[in-house]
Amino acid sequence: MQRITFAIKASLLSIVLFSFLTPRVYADDDESEDEYQQVIVAEAFVEFHTGPGRGFPVFHIVERDQPLRLIKKKTQWFKVRSLKGHEGWVHEDEMQKTLLTKDENFKAGTSTQEEFTNRTWEYGVLGGDFGGATSLTLYGGWNFTQNLSTEFALSQALGNVSDIRYGNISLVHQAFPEWRVSPFVKLGAGVIQTKPFTTLIQTLDRTDEVVNVGLGIKTYVSRQYFVRLEYVNYTILTSRNDNDEVEEWKLGFSIFF
Amino acid sequence: MEIRIQHIFLKLKTGLKLNTGFAIAFLGCCLAMPLHAAEEDPDNEQATVSGSIFDPKVERREVDREAIDTEDWEIGAYYGIISIEDFGTSELLGARVAYHVTEDFFIEGSYAQSTAGLSSFERLNGNVVLLTDEQREYTQFNIGLGFNLLPGEGFIGEDLAFSSSLYLLTALGGTDFAGEQRSTIMIGGGYRVLFTDWLAVHLTLKEHIYDIELLGSAKTANDLEISTSIAIYF
Repeated sequence: MQRITFAIKASLLSIVLFSFLTPRVYADDDESEDEYQQVIVAEAFVEFHTGPGRGFPVFHIVERDQPLRLIKKKTQWFKVRSLKGHEGWVHEDEMQKTLLTKDENFKAGTSTQEEFTNRTWEYGVLGGDFGGATSLTLYGGWNFTQNLSTEFALSQALGNVSDIRYGNISLVHQAFPEWRVSPFVKLGAGVIQTKPFTTLIQTLDRTDEVVNVGLGIKTYVSRQYFVRLEYVNYTILTSRNDNDEVEEWKLGFSIFF
Repeated sequence: MEIRIQHIFLKLKTGLKLNTGFAIAFLGCCLAMPLHAAEEDPDNEQATVSGSIFDPKVERREVDREAIDTEDWEIGAYYGIISIEDFGTSELLGARVAYHVTEDFFIEGSYAQSTAGLSSFERLNGNVVLLTDEQREYTQFNIGLGFNLLPGEGFIGEDLAFSSSLYLLTALGGTDFAGEQRSTIMIGGGYRVLFTDWLAVHLTLKEHIYDIELLGSAKTANDLEISTSIAIYF
Protein backbone atom coordinates (compact mmCIF):
# COMPACT_ATOMS: atom_id res chain seq x y z
CA MET A 1 0.00 0.00 0.00
CA GLN A 2 2.79 2.42 1.01
CA ARG A 3 4.73 1.70 -2.15
CA ILE A 4 1.72 2.04 -4.41
CA THR A 5 0.78 5.27 -2.69
CA PHE A 6 4.26 6.64 -3.20
CA ALA A 7 4.28 5.61 -6.85
CA ILE A 8 0.92 7.27 -7.45
CA LYS A 9 1.97 10.45 -5.65
CA ALA A 10 5.15 10.62 -7.69
CA SER A 11 3.36 10.08 -10.98
CA LEU A 12 0.71 12.69 -10.16
CA LEU A 13 3.42 15.20 -9.31
CA SER A 14 5.29 14.48 -12.51
CA ILE A 15 2.11 14.97 -14.58
CA VAL A 16 1.62 18.40 -13.02
CA LEU A 17 5.23 19.40 -13.64
CA PHE A 18 5.12 18.06 -17.18
CA SER A 19 1.97 20.01 -17.98
CA PHE A 20 3.63 23.26 -16.94
CA LEU A 21 6.76 22.56 -18.92
CA THR A 22 5.03 21.61 -22.13
CA PRO A 23 5.29 24.55 -24.53
CA ARG A 24 1.98 25.82 -25.79
CA VAL A 25 1.18 25.71 -29.48
CA TYR A 26 0.18 29.07 -30.81
CA ALA A 27 -1.85 30.07 -33.83
CA ASP A 28 1.17 30.95 -35.97
CA ASP A 29 1.95 27.32 -36.33
CA ASP A 30 0.90 26.63 -39.91
CA GLU A 31 1.03 22.90 -39.66
CA SER A 32 -1.65 22.78 -37.00
CA GLU A 33 -3.98 24.95 -39.09
CA ASP A 34 -4.82 22.13 -41.41
CA GLU A 35 -5.87 19.57 -38.82
CA TYR A 36 -8.85 21.64 -37.77
CA GLN A 37 -12.09 21.97 -39.61
CA GLN A 38 -13.44 25.34 -40.59
CA VAL A 39 -16.77 27.17 -40.66
CA ILE A 40 -17.66 30.70 -41.81
CA VAL A 41 -19.50 33.22 -39.64
CA ALA A 42 -22.83 34.04 -41.30
CA GLU A 43 -24.59 36.39 -38.86
CA ALA A 44 -23.26 39.79 -37.85
CA PHE A 45 -20.81 38.32 -35.32
CA VAL A 46 -20.14 35.53 -32.85
CA GLU A 47 -18.88 36.08 -29.32
CA PHE A 48 -15.74 34.51 -27.86
CA HIS A 49 -15.90 33.69 -24.16
CA THR A 50 -12.80 33.09 -22.05
CA GLY A 51 -14.07 29.71 -20.84
CA PRO A 52 -16.61 27.01 -21.60
CA GLY A 53 -19.49 28.46 -19.58
CA ARG A 54 -22.15 31.14 -19.87
CA GLY A 55 -20.63 33.26 -17.10
CA PHE A 56 -17.18 33.60 -18.62
CA PRO A 57 -16.67 37.09 -20.03
CA VAL A 58 -16.79 37.87 -23.74
CA PHE A 59 -13.36 39.13 -24.79
CA HIS A 60 -13.51 39.10 -28.57
CA ILE A 61 -15.94 38.95 -31.48
CA VAL A 62 -15.52 37.59 -34.97
CA GLU A 63 -17.50 39.24 -37.73
CA ARG A 64 -19.46 37.98 -40.72
CA ASP A 65 -17.58 36.06 -43.43
CA GLN A 66 -14.61 35.36 -41.19
CA PRO A 67 -13.50 31.75 -40.84
CA LEU A 68 -13.36 29.90 -37.53
CA ARG A 69 -11.27 26.81 -36.89
CA LEU A 70 -12.93 24.21 -34.66
CA ILE A 71 -10.37 23.06 -32.12
CA LYS A 72 -12.42 21.07 -29.63
CA LYS A 73 -15.75 20.78 -27.89
CA LYS A 74 -16.59 20.61 -24.20
CA THR A 75 -20.22 19.95 -23.30
CA GLN A 76 -22.07 22.63 -25.31
CA TRP A 77 -19.05 24.84 -25.99
CA PHE A 78 -16.73 24.90 -28.99
CA LYS A 79 -13.18 26.09 -28.64
CA VAL A 80 -12.45 27.99 -31.85
CA ARG A 81 -9.60 29.97 -33.33
CA SER A 82 -10.04 33.07 -35.48
CA LEU A 83 -7.92 34.02 -38.48
CA LYS A 84 -5.94 36.42 -36.31
CA GLY A 85 -5.14 33.67 -33.85
CA HIS A 86 -7.54 34.53 -31.04
CA GLU A 87 -8.81 31.46 -29.24
CA GLY A 88 -12.07 31.42 -27.35
CA TRP A 89 -15.15 29.44 -26.46
CA VAL A 90 -18.37 29.80 -28.45
CA HIS A 91 -21.69 28.28 -27.42
CA GLU A 92 -23.20 25.79 -29.84
CA ASP A 93 -26.30 27.98 -30.26
CA GLU A 94 -23.99 30.72 -31.54
CA MET A 95 -22.28 28.22 -33.79
CA GLN A 96 -25.62 27.66 -35.52
CA LYS A 97 -25.00 31.09 -37.03
CA THR A 98 -22.06 29.79 -38.98
CA LEU A 99 -21.92 28.22 -42.40
CA LEU A 100 -20.18 25.24 -43.83
CA THR A 101 -20.40 26.39 -47.43
CA LYS A 102 -22.33 29.11 -49.24
CA ASP A 103 -25.74 28.01 -48.12
CA GLU A 104 -25.39 25.07 -45.83
CA ASN A 105 -25.80 25.69 -42.11
CA PHE A 106 -23.40 24.14 -39.65
CA LYS A 107 -25.30 21.83 -37.33
CA ALA A 108 -23.44 22.33 -34.11
CA GLY A 109 -24.78 19.20 -32.46
CA THR A 110 -27.78 20.06 -30.35
CA SER A 111 -29.85 16.93 -30.05
CA THR A 112 -33.56 17.16 -30.48
CA GLN A 113 -36.67 15.23 -29.59
CA GLU A 114 -36.44 13.67 -33.05
CA GLU A 115 -32.97 12.36 -32.35
CA PHE A 116 -34.25 10.99 -29.05
CA THR A 117 -36.94 9.07 -30.94
CA ASN A 118 -34.35 7.67 -33.34
CA ARG A 119 -31.66 6.89 -30.79
CA THR A 120 -29.59 3.73 -31.12
CA TRP A 121 -27.74 3.45 -27.82
CA GLU A 122 -28.69 4.52 -24.33
CA TYR A 123 -26.89 4.25 -21.02
CA GLY A 124 -28.08 5.20 -17.61
CA VAL A 125 -27.96 4.96 -13.89
CA LEU A 126 -30.99 4.42 -11.66
CA GLY A 127 -31.47 4.51 -7.94
CA GLY A 128 -34.44 3.28 -5.98
CA ASP A 129 -36.02 0.81 -3.64
CA PHE A 130 -35.90 -2.97 -4.08
CA GLY A 131 -38.26 -4.54 -1.56
CA GLY A 132 -37.10 -2.20 1.20
CA ALA A 133 -33.41 -2.20 0.26
CA THR A 134 -31.67 0.69 -1.49
CA SER A 135 -30.92 -0.32 -5.05
CA LEU A 136 -28.50 1.03 -7.61
CA THR A 137 -28.70 0.02 -11.27
CA LEU A 138 -26.44 0.56 -14.26
CA TYR A 139 -27.88 -0.27 -17.65
CA GLY A 140 -27.20 -0.12 -21.34
CA GLY A 141 -29.71 -0.50 -24.11
CA TRP A 142 -29.68 -1.03 -27.84
CA ASN A 143 -32.71 0.30 -29.76
CA PHE A 144 -33.05 -1.81 -32.84
CA THR A 145 -36.30 -0.16 -33.93
CA GLN A 146 -38.05 2.98 -32.69
CA ASN A 147 -40.35 0.79 -30.60
CA LEU A 148 -38.21 -2.11 -29.52
CA SER A 149 -35.00 -2.27 -27.59
CA THR A 150 -33.01 -4.75 -25.61
CA GLU A 151 -31.44 -3.80 -22.31
CA PHE A 152 -28.82 -5.24 -20.04
CA ALA A 153 -28.91 -4.10 -16.42
CA LEU A 154 -26.69 -4.78 -13.43
CA SER A 155 -28.04 -3.90 -10.00
CA GLN A 156 -27.12 -4.06 -6.39
CA ALA A 157 -29.52 -3.69 -3.48
CA LEU A 158 -28.14 -3.23 0.00
CA GLY A 159 -30.64 -3.88 2.76
CA ASN A 160 -30.47 -4.35 6.48
CA VAL A 161 -30.11 -8.09 6.28
CA SER A 162 -28.49 -8.87 2.97
CA ASP A 163 -26.49 -7.77 -0.03
CA ILE A 164 -28.43 -8.59 -3.20
CA ARG A 165 -26.93 -8.45 -6.69
CA TYR A 166 -28.88 -9.09 -9.84
CA GLY A 167 -28.40 -8.90 -13.57
CA ASN A 168 -31.20 -8.90 -16.14
CA ILE A 169 -31.66 -8.89 -19.89
CA SER A 170 -34.97 -7.38 -20.95
CA LEU A 171 -36.95 -6.62 -24.03
CA VAL A 172 -38.48 -3.15 -23.89
CA HIS A 173 -41.42 -1.97 -25.94
CA GLN A 174 -42.22 1.69 -26.35
CA ALA A 175 -45.62 2.11 -27.97
CA PHE A 176 -45.31 5.86 -28.63
CA PRO A 177 -41.63 6.63 -29.15
CA GLU A 178 -42.37 10.13 -30.49
CA TRP A 179 -44.03 11.34 -27.29
CA ARG A 180 -41.99 13.54 -25.00
CA VAL A 181 -43.20 11.48 -22.04
CA SER A 182 -43.12 8.03 -23.53
CA PRO A 183 -44.44 4.95 -21.68
CA PHE A 184 -42.83 1.55 -21.97
CA VAL A 185 -43.35 -2.02 -20.85
CA LYS A 186 -40.62 -4.57 -20.37
CA LEU A 187 -40.15 -8.26 -19.91
CA GLY A 188 -36.92 -9.86 -18.84
CA ALA A 189 -34.99 -12.63 -17.21
CA GLY A 190 -31.83 -12.88 -15.20
CA VAL A 191 -29.94 -14.08 -12.19
CA ILE A 192 -30.12 -12.88 -8.61
CA GLN A 193 -27.56 -13.50 -5.88
CA THR A 194 -28.48 -13.00 -2.24
CA LYS A 195 -25.77 -12.77 0.37
CA PRO A 196 -27.15 -12.46 3.92
CA PHE A 197 -25.08 -10.49 6.41
CA THR A 198 -23.12 -12.83 8.64
CA THR A 199 -23.68 -10.91 11.85
CA LEU A 200 -27.38 -11.66 11.74
CA ILE A 201 -28.04 -15.05 10.30
CA GLN A 202 -25.80 -17.95 9.43
CA THR A 203 -27.18 -18.86 6.03
CA LEU A 204 -25.48 -19.61 2.79
CA ASP A 205 -25.35 -17.42 -0.29
CA ARG A 206 -28.12 -18.16 -2.75
CA THR A 207 -28.15 -17.76 -6.50
CA ASP A 208 -31.52 -18.01 -8.20
CA GLU A 209 -33.06 -17.29 -11.54
CA VAL A 210 -35.39 -14.36 -11.78
CA VAL A 211 -37.98 -13.17 -14.27
CA ASN A 212 -39.30 -9.64 -14.34
CA VAL A 213 -42.07 -7.58 -15.78
CA GLY A 214 -42.08 -3.84 -15.59
CA LEU A 215 -43.50 -0.60 -16.84
CA GLY A 216 -42.37 2.97 -16.78
CA ILE A 217 -41.82 6.20 -18.61
CA LYS A 218 -38.91 7.77 -20.41
CA THR A 219 -39.02 11.55 -20.53
CA TYR A 220 -36.83 13.49 -22.90
CA VAL A 221 -35.30 16.44 -21.08
CA SER A 222 -32.96 18.19 -23.48
CA ARG A 223 -29.66 17.82 -25.33
CA GLN A 224 -28.91 14.11 -25.25
CA TYR A 225 -30.34 13.01 -21.98
CA PHE A 226 -33.62 11.80 -20.57
CA VAL A 227 -35.13 10.81 -17.24
CA ARG A 228 -36.49 7.35 -16.63
CA LEU A 229 -38.93 6.19 -13.98
CA GLU A 230 -39.95 2.57 -13.66
CA TYR A 231 -41.68 -0.08 -11.63
CA VAL A 232 -40.52 -3.68 -11.92
CA ASN A 233 -42.02 -6.79 -10.43
CA TYR A 234 -39.51 -9.61 -9.95
CA THR A 235 -40.40 -13.23 -9.46
CA ILE A 236 -37.48 -15.09 -7.95
CA LEU A 237 -37.58 -18.76 -8.89
CA THR A 238 -36.27 -20.26 -5.65
CA SER A 239 -35.48 -23.88 -4.97
CA ARG A 240 -38.16 -23.86 -2.27
CA ASN A 241 -41.84 -24.53 -2.90
CA ASP A 242 -42.78 -20.86 -3.04
CA ASN A 243 -41.45 -18.27 -5.38
CA ASP A 244 -40.49 -14.89 -3.97
CA GLU A 245 -41.95 -11.74 -5.37
CA VAL A 246 -40.15 -8.44 -5.01
CA GLU A 247 -41.26 -5.02 -6.15
CA GLU A 248 -38.81 -2.38 -7.27
CA TRP A 249 -39.24 1.33 -7.89
CA LYS A 250 -36.48 3.30 -9.48
CA LEU A 251 -35.72 6.68 -10.96
CA GLY A 252 -32.74 7.51 -13.09
CA PHE A 253 -30.93 9.50 -15.64
CA SER A 254 -29.83 8.30 -19.09
CA ILE A 255 -27.76 9.50 -21.99
CA PHE A 256 -28.47 8.49 -25.57
CA PHE A 257 -26.38 8.41 -28.72
CA MET B 1 35.69 60.77 -103.60
CA GLU B 2 32.82 62.93 -102.57
CA ILE B 3 30.55 61.00 -104.84
CA ARG B 4 31.70 57.77 -103.33
CA ILE B 5 31.01 58.97 -99.82
CA GLN B 6 27.62 60.24 -100.86
CA HIS B 7 26.91 56.90 -102.40
CA ILE B 8 27.80 55.12 -99.18
CA PHE B 9 25.62 57.45 -97.16
CA LEU B 10 22.80 57.06 -99.55
CA LYS B 11 23.13 53.28 -99.25
CA LEU B 12 23.09 53.55 -95.49
CA LYS B 13 20.12 55.83 -95.57
CA THR B 14 18.06 53.50 -97.71
CA GLY B 15 19.18 50.63 -95.51
CA LEU B 16 18.08 52.52 -92.43
CA LYS B 17 14.83 53.42 -94.02
CA LEU B 18 14.16 49.82 -94.76
CA ASN B 19 15.14 48.81 -91.26
CA THR B 20 12.97 51.46 -89.65
CA GLY B 21 10.16 50.32 -91.87
CA PHE B 22 10.57 46.80 -90.57
CA ALA B 23 10.92 48.00 -87.04
CA ILE B 24 7.77 50.08 -87.24
CA ALA B 25 5.92 47.17 -88.81
CA PHE B 26 7.19 44.84 -86.09
CA LEU B 27 6.28 47.23 -83.33
CA GLY B 28 2.89 47.72 -84.89
CA CYS B 29 2.38 43.99 -84.96
CA CYS B 30 3.49 43.66 -81.36
CA LEU B 31 1.10 46.38 -80.28
CA ALA B 32 -1.71 45.06 -82.43
CA MET B 33 -1.37 41.50 -81.11
CA PRO B 34 -2.43 42.13 -77.52
CA LEU B 35 -5.05 44.59 -78.67
CA HIS B 36 -6.37 41.99 -81.00
CA ALA B 37 -6.23 39.32 -78.32
CA ALA B 38 -8.10 41.55 -75.93
CA GLU B 39 -10.73 42.14 -78.53
CA GLU B 40 -11.03 38.45 -79.20
CA ASP B 41 -12.23 37.23 -75.72
CA PRO B 42 -13.73 40.00 -73.65
CA ASP B 43 -15.88 37.37 -71.84
CA ASN B 44 -12.82 35.82 -70.24
CA GLU B 45 -11.85 38.98 -68.48
CA GLN B 46 -15.41 39.56 -67.37
CA ALA B 47 -15.43 36.08 -65.89
CA THR B 48 -12.31 36.61 -63.81
CA VAL B 49 -13.62 39.90 -62.52
CA SER B 50 -17.02 38.51 -61.63
CA GLY B 51 -15.34 35.44 -60.08
CA SER B 52 -13.51 37.55 -57.54
CA ILE B 53 -16.71 39.40 -56.65
CA PHE B 54 -19.21 36.61 -56.27
CA ASP B 55 -17.15 33.64 -55.17
CA PRO B 56 -16.28 34.23 -51.47
CA LYS B 57 -13.50 31.62 -51.73
CA VAL B 58 -15.22 29.33 -49.25
CA GLU B 59 -13.23 26.20 -48.79
CA ARG B 60 -15.75 23.58 -49.65
CA ARG B 61 -14.85 20.99 -47.16
CA GLU B 62 -17.24 18.94 -45.16
CA VAL B 63 -17.27 19.41 -41.40
CA ASP B 64 -17.35 16.05 -39.75
CA ARG B 65 -18.98 16.52 -36.35
CA GLU B 66 -17.57 13.22 -35.16
CA ALA B 67 -14.04 14.38 -35.93
CA ILE B 68 -14.20 17.33 -33.53
CA ASP B 69 -12.31 16.45 -30.40
CA THR B 70 -14.82 16.36 -27.54
CA GLU B 71 -13.60 16.52 -23.98
CA ASP B 72 -16.64 15.49 -21.97
CA TRP B 73 -15.11 12.57 -20.10
CA GLU B 74 -12.85 12.97 -17.14
CA ILE B 75 -10.77 10.27 -15.54
CA GLY B 76 -8.63 10.64 -12.48
CA ALA B 77 -6.97 9.22 -9.43
CA TYR B 78 -7.29 10.57 -5.92
CA TYR B 79 -5.47 10.36 -2.68
CA GLY B 80 -6.66 11.54 0.68
CA ILE B 81 -7.48 10.74 4.24
CA ILE B 82 -10.68 9.28 5.57
CA SER B 83 -11.95 9.12 9.10
CA ILE B 84 -13.61 5.72 9.47
CA GLU B 85 -15.98 6.02 12.40
CA ASP B 86 -14.53 4.35 15.54
CA PHE B 87 -11.50 3.10 13.59
CA GLY B 88 -9.32 6.15 13.32
CA THR B 89 -8.10 8.02 10.27
CA SER B 90 -6.46 6.27 7.35
CA GLU B 91 -5.01 6.98 3.94
CA LEU B 92 -7.41 6.54 1.06
CA LEU B 93 -6.66 5.82 -2.57
CA GLY B 94 -9.25 5.97 -5.30
CA ALA B 95 -10.18 6.36 -8.93
CA ARG B 96 -12.97 8.36 -10.47
CA VAL B 97 -14.68 8.79 -13.81
CA ALA B 98 -16.99 11.66 -14.70
CA TYR B 99 -19.08 12.49 -17.72
CA HIS B 100 -19.90 16.16 -18.18
CA VAL B 101 -23.43 16.30 -19.51
CA THR B 102 -23.77 20.09 -19.63
CA GLU B 103 -21.69 22.94 -18.30
CA ASP B 104 -23.71 22.60 -15.07
CA PHE B 105 -24.14 18.87 -14.48
CA PHE B 106 -21.90 15.86 -14.50
CA ILE B 107 -22.31 12.22 -13.61
CA GLU B 108 -19.56 10.80 -11.48
CA GLY B 109 -18.58 7.33 -10.39
CA SER B 110 -15.81 6.57 -7.96
CA TYR B 111 -14.13 3.67 -6.22
CA ALA B 112 -11.74 3.94 -3.30
CA GLN B 113 -9.80 1.73 -0.91
CA SER B 114 -8.45 2.17 2.56
CA THR B 115 -7.47 0.11 5.59
CA ALA B 116 -9.09 0.84 8.91
CA GLY B 117 -6.94 1.29 11.99
CA LEU B 118 -7.59 0.28 15.58
CA SER B 119 -10.62 1.45 17.51
CA SER B 120 -10.09 3.15 20.88
CA PHE B 121 -11.57 0.08 22.54
CA GLU B 122 -8.95 -2.14 20.95
CA ARG B 123 -6.19 0.31 21.78
CA LEU B 124 -7.13 0.44 25.45
CA ASN B 125 -7.60 -3.32 25.81
CA GLY B 126 -4.39 -4.46 24.19
CA ASN B 127 -5.44 -8.03 23.52
CA VAL B 128 -8.95 -7.44 22.18
CA VAL B 129 -9.38 -7.70 18.42
CA LEU B 130 -12.73 -6.64 16.96
CA LEU B 131 -11.97 -7.20 13.30
CA THR B 132 -9.69 -9.47 11.33
CA ASP B 133 -7.21 -7.91 8.92
CA GLU B 134 -9.47 -8.84 6.04
CA GLN B 135 -12.46 -7.16 7.68
CA ARG B 136 -10.37 -4.03 8.17
CA GLU B 137 -10.07 -3.60 4.41
CA TYR B 138 -12.37 -0.71 3.56
CA THR B 139 -13.69 -0.16 0.04
CA GLN B 140 -16.36 2.19 -1.18
CA PHE B 141 -17.98 2.90 -4.52
CA ASN B 142 -20.65 5.32 -5.60
CA ILE B 143 -22.37 6.79 -8.62
CA GLY B 144 -24.02 10.14 -8.51
CA LEU B 145 -24.62 13.58 -9.82
CA GLY B 146 -22.44 16.66 -9.58
CA PHE B 147 -23.51 20.26 -9.98
CA ASN B 148 -21.17 23.13 -10.78
CA LEU B 149 -22.41 25.66 -8.28
CA LEU B 150 -19.85 28.43 -8.71
CA PRO B 151 -18.01 28.20 -12.00
CA GLY B 152 -15.38 30.84 -12.56
CA GLU B 153 -11.79 31.73 -13.11
CA GLY B 154 -8.87 31.85 -10.75
CA PHE B 155 -5.97 34.18 -11.30
CA ILE B 156 -2.30 33.84 -10.57
CA GLY B 157 -0.61 37.17 -11.09
CA GLU B 158 -1.50 39.32 -14.05
CA ASP B 159 -1.25 36.99 -17.01
CA LEU B 160 -2.43 33.61 -15.83
CA ALA B 161 -6.10 32.67 -15.52
CA PHE B 162 -7.39 29.18 -14.92
CA SER B 163 -11.01 28.19 -15.14
CA SER B 164 -12.32 26.65 -11.96
CA SER B 165 -15.50 25.51 -10.30
CA LEU B 166 -16.91 24.92 -6.86
CA TYR B 167 -19.22 21.93 -7.16
CA LEU B 168 -21.63 19.86 -5.13
CA LEU B 169 -21.86 16.07 -5.21
CA THR B 170 -24.51 13.59 -4.17
CA ALA B 171 -24.29 9.89 -4.82
CA LEU B 172 -25.57 6.46 -3.94
CA GLY B 173 -23.28 3.55 -3.40
CA GLY B 174 -21.90 0.95 -1.11
CA THR B 175 -19.29 0.66 1.60
CA ASP B 176 -17.60 -2.67 2.15
CA PHE B 177 -16.28 -2.78 5.70
CA ALA B 178 -16.21 -5.24 8.58
CA GLY B 179 -17.07 -8.07 6.22
CA GLU B 180 -20.28 -6.56 4.89
CA GLN B 181 -21.36 -4.21 2.20
CA ARG B 182 -23.68 -1.43 3.30
CA SER B 183 -25.82 0.91 1.26
CA THR B 184 -24.23 4.34 1.44
CA ILE B 185 -25.29 7.87 0.71
CA MET B 186 -22.51 10.27 -0.17
CA ILE B 187 -22.79 14.04 -0.06
CA GLY B 188 -19.91 16.34 -0.71
CA GLY B 189 -18.37 19.09 -2.66
CA GLY B 190 -15.16 20.13 -4.23
CA TYR B 191 -13.10 22.73 -5.96
CA ARG B 192 -11.71 22.04 -9.40
CA VAL B 193 -9.05 24.03 -11.22
CA LEU B 194 -8.23 23.37 -14.85
CA PHE B 195 -4.57 24.09 -15.52
CA THR B 196 -4.99 23.32 -19.20
CA ASP B 197 -8.09 22.38 -21.17
CA TRP B 198 -7.48 18.75 -20.35
CA LEU B 199 -5.79 18.69 -16.95
CA ALA B 200 -7.60 19.41 -13.71
CA VAL B 201 -6.77 19.28 -10.04
CA HIS B 202 -9.55 18.72 -7.51
CA LEU B 203 -9.80 19.21 -3.79
CA THR B 204 -12.79 17.28 -2.50
CA LEU B 205 -14.62 16.88 0.77
CA LYS B 206 -17.05 13.95 1.05
CA GLU B 207 -19.26 12.55 3.72
CA HIS B 208 -20.28 8.88 3.57
CA ILE B 209 -23.34 7.91 5.57
CA TYR B 210 -24.30 4.26 6.14
CA ASP B 211 -25.78 1.99 8.79
CA ILE B 212 -23.45 -0.47 10.43
CA GLU B 213 -23.86 -3.17 13.02
CA LEU B 214 -20.85 -4.05 15.08
CA LEU B 215 -21.17 -6.26 18.17
CA GLY B 216 -24.91 -6.40 17.69
CA SER B 217 -25.66 -2.72 18.02
CA ALA B 218 -26.84 -0.82 14.96
CA LYS B 219 -25.85 2.75 14.30
CA THR B 220 -25.36 5.24 11.52
CA ALA B 221 -21.74 5.84 10.64
CA ASN B 222 -20.43 9.08 9.17
CA ASP B 223 -17.10 8.82 7.43
CA LEU B 224 -15.56 12.12 6.45
CA GLU B 225 -13.06 12.16 3.64
CA ILE B 226 -10.78 14.85 2.28
CA SER B 227 -8.89 14.13 -0.88
CA THR B 228 -7.06 15.66 -3.75
CA SER B 229 -7.12 14.34 -7.27
CA ILE B 230 -5.61 14.83 -10.67
CA ALA B 231 -7.90 14.34 -13.61
CA ILE B 232 -7.51 14.21 -17.35
CA TYR B 233 -10.24 15.21 -19.79
CA PHE B 234 -10.60 13.23 -22.98
